[in-house]
Amino acid sequence: MDKDALVAMIKEKLGDMIVSIEEGKDLIHVEVSVDSIVEAARRMKEMGFDHVKDVTAIDYPKENVIKIFYHASSYGNTDLSRYIVGIGYSIPRDRTSVPSLYYVWTTADFQEREVYEGFGIVFEGHPDMRPLLLAPPIAEKRPLRKDFVVKEEPIFKAPKKK
Amino acid sequence: MSGMVSARGSVGFNDLKLPGAWSRKLSKNLYEVFIGPQHPGSGHMRIIIRIDGDVIVEADPDMGYVHRTMEKLGEGREWIKGIPLYERMAIHDACNVTEPYVRAVEKLLGVDPPLRAKYLRVLLCEINRIAAYLYGFGIFGVFTGHSTMYMWPFGDREVWIELADWLTGARLTHSYPVFGGVRRDIPAGFTDQLRKAIRYMRKRLEEYRKIFVDNPVIRARLEDVGVIPRNLAIEIGVTGPNLRASGVLYDVRYNAPYEVYDELDFEIPVFQEGDALARVWQRVEEIKQSLRILEQVADWLDKHPREPILHERFWKTAPPLYKKVFEAEGRAKLVPLYALLKVPKGKAYARAETARGEISYYVESDGGSKPYRIRIHSASARNALVFKYIAPGHRVMDLPIIYGSIDYFPPEADR
Repeated sequence: MDKDALVAMIKEKLGDMIVSIEEGKDLIHVEVSVDSIVEAARRMKEMGFDHVKDVTAIDYPKENVIKIFYHASSYGNTDLSRYIVGIGYSIPRDRTSVPSLYYVWTTADFQEREVYEGFGIVFEGHPDMRPLLLAPPIAEKRPLRKDFVVKEEPIFKAPKKK
Repeated sequence: MSGMVSARGSVGFNDLKLPGAWSRKLSKNLYEVFIGPQHPGSGHMRIIIRIDGDVIVEADPDMGYVHRTMEKLGEGREWIKGIPLYERMAIHDACNVTEPYVRAVEKLLGVDPPLRAKYLRVLLCEINRIAAYLYGFGIFGVFTGHSTMYMWPFGDREVWIELADWLTGARLTHSYPVFGGVRRDIPAGFTDQLRKAIRYMRKRLEEYRKIFVDNPVIRARLEDVGVIPRNLAIEIGVTGPNLRASGVLYDVRYNAPYEVYDELDFEIPVFQEGDALARVWQRVEEIKQSLRILEQVADWLDKHPREPILHERFWKTAPPLYKKVFEAEGRAKLVPLYALLKVPKGKAYARAETARGEISYYVESDGGSKPYRIRIHSASARNALVFKYIAPGHRVMDLPIIYGSIDYFPPEADR
């Protein structure tokens, strides 16, 4: 199956749920609305995308948007395993609650927890929503958002300007 | 314990805190035991288990003790500085871990490295893979209490580390692939030593089989322990040799070939049993295939000497002195262009088969000199779900076997 056939298949399966399709390098990003994500993911799984490679959120403070993408692929289907299809949605930056896809893709279990600790977005319906890697006080600062700036300590003190 | 009185008052049984483990009673016959966060052989990690008698009813892997915020740090550094940063995930598997990052950035740059550079990358990837498998065997030997299986692979691993040292100048963190190529060409006489190492390793694998894999005591200990059925392996996204030992034919080198893997002749071993023993066999068979790949790479490199190892776009900016050094010694020093490299706007995804499974990089650039967003998901982070979904139902004594057989590596999982 080539890439165009795959895009056509996704368009047919997801129908009018699709907001936009964007092609990156070795990557197809399919954006749907946040309300239809669970249904869209379920249909993706029926197509043969049996696991997610990663769950990621990207913060765009200028547009006041956070995008969450589930990069799905396949172990069982050799044809589909060549492709990575990211299915996701945009939410305003102040929204902190979205539906979880834990019951569609078990693989998303720890990864949704990682997005939660980095961005402070709660996945409703996830059975175990706790920070994964970070300690709770640090997770509260939502460190992966762009407005959390890491202050790096200089190795040498810069000479004072006169 | 009512008689015990200390400066803090009386000490009850439930307050006793032992240095290594801590446990408390949850209800009748149900105890919570904290295993770790010590260094059980490969890095700091804690597993919180709830046990009924000594049967695990629930396991909660508590990761993050060696978390180094690589995604956030990567956003604040120039593109080239990502390479030495990300290889800290798995220092003995450095080339495999950084290769997909380099490849993702190359996709955005629209640069295709020269063929010789691709072969050199495959060369170091496979050397790393064998060394990392041997490291895993050694750790597994510790976990099973088989001290010979600790000593032997760690000794034999030196062979491959010395080769990598000779090739790149560093035993572990090589930073070998750079955008558009590799840092160094092979030194004179390298392929002869490589062939010698391949012959030695084949002989040693047979000895490993005799002393460890076919050892009746080890077999009795490993068989039917930590079985991951095929469907569950797919559902929880187990990866690498663990996935293939559960009967799934999936290897990134085969399913989505990168570099020159589609030009090389090798097989993907698959086992059906899915237990700890099958996972050990899987690694033994995969080392054999890596040796096969290395032989072909050595032949190719001998036939095509003195070809460029860095893409013209970068190499043409090199000062004359650099070119002189390359002519004489085969070393390509990093050209100054890398320091201020700007990557065109876009999104790219790259994945590779590391020794422990699949690693994936999602790279997004806004056209600047630093990445906008990097999302890394490593092999051990995928395999961490095994503790949660496979360990329940096993006895506590099986936990080290499961840990060792999936070759879990905390620094890689925590990123």
